[in-house]
Amino acid sequence: MSQAMTSAPVAENKVSLWRRFLNNRGPVYIVLTLIGFLWIFPFLWMALGSVKTQREILAKPPKLLPEHVTWENFARWFTQLDFGTYFTNSLIVSVITVLGNIVFCSMVGYALAKMKFTGKNILFGAVMVTLMVPSVATFVPLFVIVSNMGLSNSYAALILPFLTQPIGVFLMRQFIGGIPDALMEAARIDGAGEVRIFFQIILPQCGPAIATLSILTFLSSWNNFLWPLVAAQTEDKYTLPVALSLYSTGQNATNYSVLLAGAVLVITPILLLFIFLQRYFIQGVAMTGIK
Amino acid sequence: MSFRGKKTAEGSGKALRRRQTLIAWGFALPFVLVFCVFMLIPLLSSVAMSFTDITSRDLRTPFNVNFVGLDQYVALFSDSRFMKALLNTGIFVLIGLPITMVIAMAFAVALNKGLRHVNSFFRALFYAPVVASVVAVSVVWRYILQEDGLLNQILAVFGIQGPDWLHDTHFALPALMVMTIWRNMGTLMIIFLAGLQAIPEELKEAASVDGASKWRTFRSITLPLMKPTILLGAVLISVAYLQFFEESFVMTQGGPLDSTLSAAYYVYQKFGFGQYGIASAASWVLFIIIAVVSALQFRILKSED
Repeated sequence: MSQAMTSAPVAENKVSLWRRFLNNRGPVYIVLTLIGFLWIFPFLWMALGSVKTQREILAKPPKLLPEHVTWENFARWFTQLDFGTYFTNSLIVSVITVLGNIVFCSMVGYALAKMKFTGKNILFGAVMVTLMVPSVATFVPLFVIVSNMGLSNSYAALILPFLTQPIGVFLMRQFIGGIPDALMEAARIDGAGEVRIFFQIILPQCGPAIATLSILTFLSSWNNFLWPLVAAQTEDKYTLPVALSLYSTGQNATNYSVLLAGAVLVITPILLLFIFLQRYFIQGVAMTGIK
Repeated sequence: MSFRGKKTAEGSGKALRRRQTLIAWGFALPFVLVFCVFMLIPLLSSVAMSFTDITSRDLRTPFNVNFVGLDQYVALFSDSRFMKALLNTGIFVLIGLPITMVIAMAFAVALNKGLRHVNSFFRALFYAPVVASVVAVSVVWRYILQEDGLLNQILAVFGIQGPDWLHDTHFALPALMVMTIWRNMGTLMIIFLAGLQAIPEELKEAASVDGASKWRTFRSITLPLMKPTILLGAVLISVAYLQFFEESFVMTQGGPLDSTLSAAYYVYQKFGFGQYGIASAASWVLFIIIAVVSALQFRILKSED
């Protein structure tokens, strides 16, 4: 009996919910689905193209699905082209850049958020300036300086200029500012020095900010193009985007099957990361306003 | 329990301040080093280089160059290619920015209410192009936009003969712009969504009780409240568009006939030719434009507070 009593209003509720959905959001969601399909179509077309043969890729009219799935295009990247090296370079550069940013940005962030000191405004001004300067304004002298330091075409050249990012400093300063002073006071009373407070009290509290910072830094480092293009001069130092771009602008400009496979190889790692860590990507944009 | 901390706290204020300063700068040291070596010095030398005739041959002896005053700037502004690059960059911002903003706002409004999980799915979907490397998506778009590419074959179904998008002086820049809008929209959408969610629901409810239409409510309540967010987004995207480079590099190499040559690409080309002096001058012109645009937008923001 109780079942009969409860099921009726529930069903009614369901109907009215569905109706309300149709009345309000239904049309919106239909339009969003259509546009959404168009929006990710380039990725789909890329993925499908990467397993097509060169003949099929130029077929008219184009076929959406490949008739013969071939892994030949990917194999080219591993055999004729040195995918392993480019991937390793990209990974080394990105991971070290991320690690550097985590430690160094939170160190400055801590100083700016929790300490009173002479020159604080100057330091903060420097962060602001760094934030404003576009990479195109500095890469020419940067190249001259790096070459004169004897660093050209080295991992150091690819990593050092990005070891701290102003946006990271901002993020960490904001976040550390929100950590209660009482925690630090307690540690101080227990006799901990600043370094110890930073590593044992502050840094462990920064989990969410560090996650966001890591994602943002990894993204910008993995996709970075202008500087690696200038700084990496021999193939053994190319990062993935540089390798792909140089391959795509040479005599292979229309070799789309291999190019698309390359694009898949560049995009997949970051896209996978995005799918699993979506929240942090979006948090990063919302928190800093910077992609 | 040790009370060592108390002793310093009771020490004279000056000594404490000095100690704090030392510690703080210690913490800032890595940033300061990176900032000085890879930002401040390049920035200052970029100014210096723009007044000299430095070329790639002077790389090992950068102090062995001649001071030429404003010659590089004069040369720059009498180079019709640089003017063309500035014009293209200007078009990119003036047309691309408003379109990006309108689309992003439409998506943000559409995703602001409704089913939470469905919305976050769409949000991720529309944001996806932002995380993909420009170089990689440029390859895909070039494939779609080539003369007998997918787009033109679809158009052909409707009896439209599409142009060779990337090799046509009229269509190359708009084609690049479409891809750039697709790629950057997600960032703005997220920023706008954050702004929309900060608007109190009661305000909109009050308006609808007063009989205001949805459009009227959006125009009179949502938009004015969103002004700071909109301006922040406008600055971010125009600064990004002012530097557009990868798209041209991979898709058109600045062509055809310089129709997609951007200011940033011009700098890169001059650098490639080893003409560091003029490259630096051009990068400073671009930097100043970027700084003025950001300052202008923040000024508008402030004056309307």
